[in-house]
Amino acid sequence: MLVPFSRKDRVSDENLIEIKDLDFAYEDRPILGGISLAIPRGKVVAIMGGSGCGKTTLLRLIGGQLRPQRGDVIVDGQSVPQLDDDALYALRRRMGMLFQFGALFTDVSVFDNVAYQMREHTDLPEELIRDMVLMKLNAVGLRGAHQLMPAELSGGMARRVALARAIALDPMLIMYDEPFAGLDPISLGVIGQLIRKLNDALGATTIMVTHDIQESLLIVDYIYFMSEGKIVALGNPDEIRASAHPFVHQFVFAEADGPVPFHYPAPPLASELLGRAAA
Amino acid sequence: MSERSRGPASILTAVTGLGHRVNDALARLGFATRFLIVLLRWSGQSFRRFHLTIREIYYCGFQSLLIIIVSGLFIGMVLGMQGYETLQRYGSAEALGVLVALSLVRELGPVVAALLFASRAGSSITAEIGLMKATEQLTAMDMMAINPIARVVAPRFWGGVISMPLLAALFSATGVFGGYLIGVVFIGVDEGAFWSQMQASVDFRYDVWSGIVKSFIFGIAVSLIAVFEGYDAVPTAEGVSGSIKGTVVKSALAILALDFVLTSFMFREG
Repeated sequence: MLVPFSRKDRVSDENLIEIKDLDFAYEDRPILGGISLAIPRGKVVAIMGGSGCGKTTLLRLIGGQLRPQRGDVIVDGQSVPQLDDDALYALRRRMGMLFQFGALFTDVSVFDNVAYQMREHTDLPEELIRDMVLMKLNAVGLRGAHQLMPAELSGGMARRVALARAIALDPMLIMYDEPFAGLDPISLGVIGQLIRKLNDALGATTIMVTHDIQESLLIVDYIYFMSEGKIVALGNPDEIRASAHPFVHQFVFAEADGPVPFHYPAPPLASELLGRAAA
Repeated sequence: MSERSRGPASILTAVTGLGHRVNDALARLGFATRFLIVLLRWSGQSFRRFHLTIREIYYCGFQSLLIIIVSGLFIGMVLGMQGYETLQRYGSAEALGVLVALSLVRELGPVVAALLFASRAGSSITAEIGLMKATEQLTAMDMMAINPIARVVAPRFWGGVISMPLLAALFSATGVFGGYLIGVVFIGVDEGAFWSQMQASVDFRYDVWSGIVKSFIFGIAVSLIAVFEGYDAVPTAEGVSGSIKGTVVKSALAILALDFVLTSFMFREG
């Protein structure tokens, strides 16, 4: 039985998110099987694992976009699967999410993207919104780009704008879905530092779903490793680096074969090739 | 597998395939109905914040003006030529105005304008919503606690519903002008007869109002198909292109089928 944190840490006041014995399947394809974990307040936590192990699904369950078949997701003391639409929207106003490809609104400018939620959710005067948007953009270094359209941005810039938009309403929880995917090394470092700094500056809690282990080890407080819908290993960056766990070892050192097989399950090659020739 | 066993097996496959297709079609129809109910439930914002709907009226209505006006003019001119050709054989060329006006106001205006609207505005609404879905913009909005049905879908739907009767009316008006241009200006039908016979024979409640009702219903059908196809698109390039095709084809079929039904109810006494 994996106990992510000491007993004292598992008191729910200290954890912003608790996931308890959660099962989730898309129709008959199981994704998560009995997963449990806790995310303490104020920390940056990475959830890692190979592609298709259910990391993004986990974020969607936390955000209430999917409902689990069994188990519970508790965010700030509320059970997400049991919330009605209004309560869920009230909770989501306190969450920010960065999507893998930014998901910026392509028909409005960078400025309007960041201002979007402020205009939708508040009655603030336009001058105040302007100042707030410029401050958010300044935090990600793109104040000068506020008039550009999303199509005019590079991948790294778009990710930073999406980051500014995710923190527009100073959320208590920021979720990142593959924040490092497809970035050059410089942008990668910039985004990594921003994730850490924004979390600490806003006093927020961050969950980051990623498979970029080297970058993550530099900025996170804690790492969960997922495989086949379960947590298989956990620890802080130092423990992870020193870990002898075969899965973690394969992941950290990027080995092609190990507990995560190179081949998708298939019958032996020889029997498949010869079998077809014989038929 | 031997040849003999292939026969029944392929029939079985065909029957199962047919069953699946009927099932899918019914499920989609049910989903579309639920979608309409949700859409109506979340329509408040489209009217409370009317500028959202105005923006969509601009994109789907105003930007369709050129194609509507030009097509209306040409159809009116063709009607003028063809109508004159036939009417003058029976010595009733003065009735040209009536023929042009009635054909446009009752049928061609609402139907052709709706067909043009579906291919010009409906397809672009589907493409826009489908691409927003494919690029996760709708999901992002939902995660920001902004309901995408209320913020994106409903304003586009109401924008289309409001634009459609206006466009059909403009289509008919420019069509009548086109008929006048050919009949009176070029061919030389008596101007007084052209207008006065039109005025005497076109009844507002019977003819014009029926046309308005038709175009309003077509507007609902086309806008619903356009937003539904976009919202229900498979979020890939292929899926979105299939949905756009679906919008144009289904709108055209819906318009023509509805027109038949509406006409048979509206003009029973002829």
